[in-house]
Amino acid sequence: MTPAMKMYGKHRFPGKLFIVEGIDGSGKSTQIALLQKWLESEGYVTFFSEWNSSPLVREVTKRGKKKRMLTPMTFSLIHATDFADRTEHHIVPPLKSGALVLADRYIYTAFARDVARGVDPQWVRQMYQFAVKPTIGFYFKISLEEAMKRILGGRDAIKYYEAGMDLKITDDIEESFRVFQGRIIEEYEKMVAEFGLVVIDASMSIEEQQVQMRQIVSEALAGTKKTRIRKWLDLSTMVKKASRQ
Amino acid sequence: MARFEYYGKKGFPAVNLEELQGKLIVIEGTDGVGRSTHIGLLKQWLENNGHAVLDTGMTRSMLAGEGLKAAKVGHTLGWLTMSLFYATDFADRLENEMIPALRAGFIVLTDRYIFSPMARGLIRGADPDWIKGVFEFALKPDMVIYLRVGVQDLITRVIQNSGFNYWESGMDLHLGEDMYESFVEYQTRILREFDKMAGDYNFQTIETSPNIEEVFEQIKNRVEPIVQSRLPRPRTSPPAGIVNPH
Repeated sequence: MTPAMKMYGKHRFPGKLFIVEGIDGSGKSTQIALLQKWLESEGYVTFFSEWNSSPLVREVTKRGKKKRMLTPMTFSLIHATDFADRTEHHIVPPLKSGALVLADRYIYTAFARDVARGVDPQWVRQMYQFAVKPTIGFYFKISLEEAMKRILGGRDAIKYYEAGMDLKITDDIEESFRVFQGRIIEEYEKMVAEFGLVVIDASMSIEEQQVQMRQIVSEALAGTKKTRIRKWLDLSTMVKKASRQ
Repeated sequence: MARFEYYGKKGFPAVNLEELQGKLIVIEGTDGVGRSTHIGLLKQWLENNGHAVLDTGMTRSMLAGEGLKAAKVGHTLGWLTMSLFYATDFADRLENEMIPALRAGFIVLTDRYIFSPMARGLIRGADPDWIKGVFEFALKPDMVIYLRVGVQDLITRVIQNSGFNYWESGMDLHLGEDMYESFVEYQTRILREFDKMAGDYNFQTIETSPNIEEVFEQIKNRVEPIVQSRLPRPRTSPPAGIVNPH
C-alpha cells in the first residue's frame, strides 16, 4: 500500500533544513549564500533550493505573470504546485540522504503574500501541510522604508505582482508596492510566534548578521555528521562488504 | 440568498456569489466511460432547447492546461505536484470560465470536476482531509452525474479506443507486472474512490452500457428538472404592456 502522507512537523530525516524569509530588499539571499559557502567549507554537503524554481512548473508561473493571468487563488495554487515539486524532488531526497538543504523563501512567503492578497489564511496553511518543517526558519526583519531604499536604488523597475498591482489598490506602482509589502510585513510579524521563526535584525551589517546566523546554525548542527565524509565512508565499507560476500 | 455556495467556508476573494445565476452540471467518471460523447449530446440538446451552454473540462485551462500536459510527458511528476497542478487548472477554469458564464446565466457543463483529481490523489497516498481542504474553494454544483462502468467493460472500451497509456494505467504506482495488470488494479482503485464519493457528494449514478442512446436518455431525465426551471413559463394571459386589440 501507499505510505501515509507525512504532514508538517512529522517528517524525520537525517538531514537538516535551513530557510530564510523576509521581504524583497531584506538581504536574506545574500545571507543564505554566505551561509552555504561556510557550511561547504566546513565539509557539509549542502543543497540549495529557491522559491519558484521547479522545472515542471516555473514556465507556467512565468507566463501567467507575464500575461497577468493570475488571480489571488491561482497565484497561490501555482506557487504551491511549484513548491510541491521542489519538495518531492529537491527537498525530501537530499534530506533523506543526510544533506543540509538551504531554501531561499519557504512556505511562509506564500502565507504572507497570499493572505495579503485576500486568500483565506487557514486554507493556504492547510494546503501547505505537506511541507517539511524547517530545522530553523530565519526571518530577516527590516522596515519598509529601508527595504524600499535598497530596492529602488538597485533595480530599474518593480514587478507587477511584487507590487500587488493585481489588487488594483492604486495605479501608482511605487505606492502600490508600499501598501502591499506593508501588508506582507504585517503577516510575517504574525508568523514569528506562530511558527517560531528566528528574527534577525536586517538593519545590522552583513557581517554581524552572518555571525548570528552561523552561531545559531552551528548549535543546530551539534552532533550532525559531515555528510560528505560519512557518505564516502559508507560507500567504501559497502563495497568492501559486497566483495567479501 | 445566493444560489451557489462553496464546499468550504471561503472561496475566491473577488467573487460575489450573489451574482451567479446559471446552472452548473458536472459529468464525472473514469477514463474511457464516454463522458465527452455525452457532454456533446447534452450540449446539443440543451442548445436546441434554447439554453446557452459553456462546456469545459479538466486540463483545458488557459493558465495551466498546457503546462500540466507537458509535465506528464516526462513521467517525473509526483502525486503531490500533480494534485496541486490539477487544483490550479481547476481554479483557473472555475474563476475565469465557469463563474463568468454562471454570472451570465449559462448552463455550464464540465467534463470532470474536483472528484477525478481527488480520486487520483487519494489512491496515491494523499491524506483525505488534506485533499478535501485543497479543493474546498469549489462551488457546489447543481448536479453531479457519475457515469459508472465496471472494470471489465472499461478494458474493452479502452482497447477499442486508444489503448492503455502510462497515467491512465497508474504506471507511476508500480501496481502490476505490465500495463494491463497495472491498468486493472489502478482503475479498480479509482472506481472504489468514486463509489465512496458518490454518497458523500450526492452523485447521480448512471450505470453505462454500450448503448449510447439509452444512457443519454437517462442523463436527459436527470438533467431535465434542473434546467426546466430556467425556461420561461407558458403565458396564460398577454404580457403586461401589450394591449389586447379586442
